[in-house]
Amino acid sequence: MKPARKKRLFFIIFLITGIAVAAGFALYAFNQNLMFYFSPSEVKQGKAPVNKLFRMGGMVVEGTFKKEKNTLKVFFDITDYEKTVTVEYTGLLPDLFREGQGIISRGKLNSDGIFVAEEVLAKHDENYMPPEVAESLKKAKK
Amino acid sequence: MNITQSITRLYHQFASPPYFYRISGLWLPYIMGLFILLFAAGLYGGLVTAPTDYEQGEAYRIIFVHVPAAWMSLFIYMVMAISGAIGLIWRMKLAEIVMICSAPIGASFTFLALATGSIWGKPMWNTWWVWDARLTSELLLLFLYLGVMALYNAIEDKRTAARAVAILAIVGVVNIPVIHYSVEWWNTLHQGPTVTKFDKPSIHLSMLIPLLIMAVAFKLFYIGNLFMRVRTEILVREQKSKWVKELAEES
Repeated sequence: MKPARKKRLFFIIFLITGIAVAAGFALYAFNQNLMFYFSPSEVKQGKAPVNKLFRMGGMVVEGTFKKEKNTLKVFFDITDYEKTVTVEYTGLLPDLFREGQGIISRGKLNSDGIFVAEEVLAKHDENYMPPEVAESLKKAKK
Repeated sequence: MNITQSITRLYHQFASPPYFYRISGLWLPYIMGLFILLFAAGLYGGLVTAPTDYEQGEAYRIIFVHVPAAWMSLFIYMVMAISGAIGLIWRMKLAEIVMICSAPIGASFTFLALATGSIWGKPMWNTWWVWDARLTSELLLLFLYLGVMALYNAIEDKRTAARAVAILAIVGVVNIPVIHYSVEWWNTLHQGPTVTKFDKPSIHLSMLIPLLIMAVAFKLFYIGNLFMRVRTEILVREQKSKWVKELAEES
């Protein structure tokens, strides 16, 4: 390779490495801010901000969904299979909301340790299959 | 003739604009024909024969456009950056043209991925948009494409412009692994990878096949569209050369 071309090649390699290292440091420093949500364990450990809105994500625990009569207020527990936090929410729930499904809610902890949500988002997983397959998988599990 | 020599010969042939113009003109009808065939097959497979999803019902069918478009947005960026680097190191005119002609196509695919994702997100997630790592880094990719186009048009001399744009495109490459791994490195609302992982794809075969057909169709569309743009750009740049004048007299 001609010296001039070699120089330009090294310049490009140097440029990419430099930017990659800088971006790596920046992303590492902002790691916490890039987390879209906290898990119930982190909330219980006090890692989530106090008196400030934050997001909490996890699985809705089977059999914990309760609806208050004549209002839109609902209660349910969400878990990361280690710790569980109760969520209170008033409003419409997304289509994919159901027990055993992952969700992300935005809100604040109140003094009783209940998470008062202003917004509930359904987190979809990466699995796609026809209903019959899902059915037979369920049976196989049991 | 050994392999190195034949590669060098091929390289010099393709680097020559008249040669590329002639060859790409011969290939173009086949590429576009195959694209139309696969696109129709993929759409039929995705929208008609693929079964409904157990959780999302019919709404999941948007992935047959969303996922290939998102893959293309990353793929085209890599083509753009690599041809930018080739243009920068070897001062190859055709590589510069490929780079700059890829930008609008890549921007369109990025926009398509963002728009279809948003349309899907409203009923499924209950929100049009969130600032999670995947969505934000993909939006950054759109701005990188737009930046490449703006910078190229802002500089009068096109060869100088191509050099400046190549550096911008190369710097932006850092964003590509961030987009791909964002769903694994951080907690995001966007789900993890379904197909592009070392594990078995977590999608049923009856849905995976039309998805892959669509992905190939989108690739062909990119190649065909790129060829058309590159051919036009070659004619504009070489309008004073002998072979273009001869071509104009012929037709």
